[in-house]
Amino acid sequence: MMRLAAILLGILGCVSTASGADDACAVVGHLVQADAALPRVAAAIKKKSLTVVVAGTTSSSLPGPNGPALAYPSRLEAALQQKLPGVTVKVTSLAKPRQSAADMAQAFPKVLRDEKPALIVWQTGTADAMMGVGADAFQTTLEDAVSRVHDGGADIIFINPQYSPRTDALIATAPFAEAMRWVANGNAINLFDRQGVMREWGELGTFDLHAATKSLDTAARVHDCIGRLLADLVVQGVAVVGDEAKDKTTR
Amino acid sequence: MPPIGPTGRDLRLDLFRGLALWLIFLDHIPQNIVNWVTIRNYGFSDAAEIFVFISGYTAAFVYGRAAHDRGMIVATARVWRRAWQVYVAHVFIFVIFMAEVSYLTTSVIENPLYSEEMRVFDFLQQPGTALFEALILKFQPNFMDVLPLYIVLLLAFPAVLWLLLRQPTLALLLSLALYTAAKILNWNLPAYPTSYWFFNPFAWQFIFVVGAWCSVGASERAHELLRSRAAVRIAVAYLALSFLVVLTWYIPRAAALIPKVVQDWIYPIDKNNLDLLRFLHFAALAIVTVHFVPIDWPGLKSAWLRPMVLCGQHSLEIFCLGIFLSFIGYFVTSEISRSVAMQILISVLGIAVMIAVAWLITWYNGVEGRGSGKGRKPQADLAGGEA
Repeated sequence: MMRLAAILLGILGCVSTASGADDACAVVGHLVQADAALPRVAAAIKKKSLTVVVAGTTSSSLPGPNGPALAYPSRLEAALQQKLPGVTVKVTSLAKPRQSAADMAQAFPKVLRDEKPALIVWQTGTADAMMGVGADAFQTTLEDAVSRVHDGGADIIFINPQYSPRTDALIATAPFAEAMRWVANGNAINLFDRQGVMREWGELGTFDLHAATKSLDTAARVHDCIGRLLADLVVQGVAVVGDEAKDKTTR
Repeated sequence: MPPIGPTGRDLRLDLFRGLALWLIFLDHIPQNIVNWVTIRNYGFSDAAEIFVFISGYTAAFVYGRAAHDRGMIVATARVWRRAWQVYVAHVFIFVIFMAEVSYLTTSVIENPLYSEEMRVFDFLQQPGTALFEALILKFQPNFMDVLPLYIVLLLAFPAVLWLLLRQPTLALLLSLALYTAAKILNWNLPAYPTSYWFFNPFAWQFIFVVGAWCSVGASERAHELLRSRAAVRIAVAYLALSFLVVLTWYIPRAAALIPKVVQDWIYPIDKNNLDLLRFLHFAALAIVTVHFVPIDWPGLKSAWLRPMVLCGQHSLEIFCLGIFLSFIGYFVTSEISRSVAMQILISVLGIAVMIAVAWLITWYNGVEGRGSGKGRKPQADLAGGEA
């Protein structure tokens, strides 16, 4: 039954045009919500120039010559540009394979100096799980990095490990996702729940995440949606800044 | 926990070890809805603590008796024979794991979306190295980390037992000192290809030794203290508090209800090194359990709980079977159907198979005149190596 639904959805997806992709993204919209404000992003938007850095591992990129253009950092740039007319948006991806959270955190001071981003999108967890880093050490790394990034003038959005139905018994990402949720909750940071979003797609049959394929089609659509949803999250986070400001003035 | 009299075995040990084995099985199937029932969702500790504690308790009981009756050398030989059995079981499980993983990679998996995750199969590029590292217990794929801990604990156990039978308090204090030192100095054994053992044996030995101490070392006064009204009250309060904390993990924004200072103090709750909060949570559970489930509780002999007791009585076999079944369960839920009905079916079937096999082993031991067969003293099959 699920298979049939997936096929039907697949056909519908092919028939409809660009708006089809939007619908696919939208089915998980309720899972993407800004819990915290992004004041540094809001300030950058006011100045009409927003620089975002994506720090992450292989799951923030796609293989092949078109990979960089199809991966979610580029899609985020396109979606943000569309949502923020008049603002110069630049998203730089620093995704590299096999980087632990500690590796990336170590590079942050230089990134903050060189790129001067208003936002660091930090995708992490999977590499640490595969290297066997302790979840507690991982959490401590995140905690330490958060304040340093904030002091360096950038907001943070976490992206947790992606949902991978074929390997989830072999890579224990759950403790890492949990650690990220904890640090996000405790430090008023937005978490993009990539795991939850992708699981929902898998269960609804929006995307077939089980397929064995060499084709980039589904992967590109998934990344496109992740980019768009991330852009939604950023815009929401900026709106939270506005709400908080209003709250203060009315009090 | 009161000492077991010479007349019979404490069925509570079997019961709760059986329960732990079921929970470990359920927890090892990722994304299983039935996981909701497992204790890790209601407090800091989980089935691993129960399993290691009871293993320490029964090991001290069985081999302490052997040391008393036949001397320390025979007891040592028995402990090491047991360690060897566990090692063989571990290697067996590893072979099954290799077969499943090889099947998955050669047949079904390839997707540019998951190039990062696929690297988990990299060890298949050098199967010889992986095999060697598994044999020396350095390579511990996900979920294959409990038995290596058990093996090294058993290897070191004769020395611990020797001291426990002579200077129980000193043995406990030394264990605590090692636990503390390991935490402060970051001692752990190396793993392959990177990092350290998931269950740090220098930390987890503590709960094993505490179990052994409760079994043969603790004085009557210590037992009275642990069974006192005040101890039970404190334990209940601690369980309630940890339940509330865990609750905040599942309710968005509830985390903010816990003051930041407290959060900074308690988090992260470290499983690798047996966080003190986890240990205390287990201790509280044990105190409350012993209070509400006395050794002569009639329910322990009821037909309803018999399946759980049976599983607990053959812990090594059922543990390995549980790992094997969770591989199959994972395979079915990931390759055939992930529906909730299938998850429930797999969980129920898996536990049914565990019960059936435990029953079969008991029956076979009875037929062969070993273990708890008719006309035998009930503790005989404990001495047969079920530590």
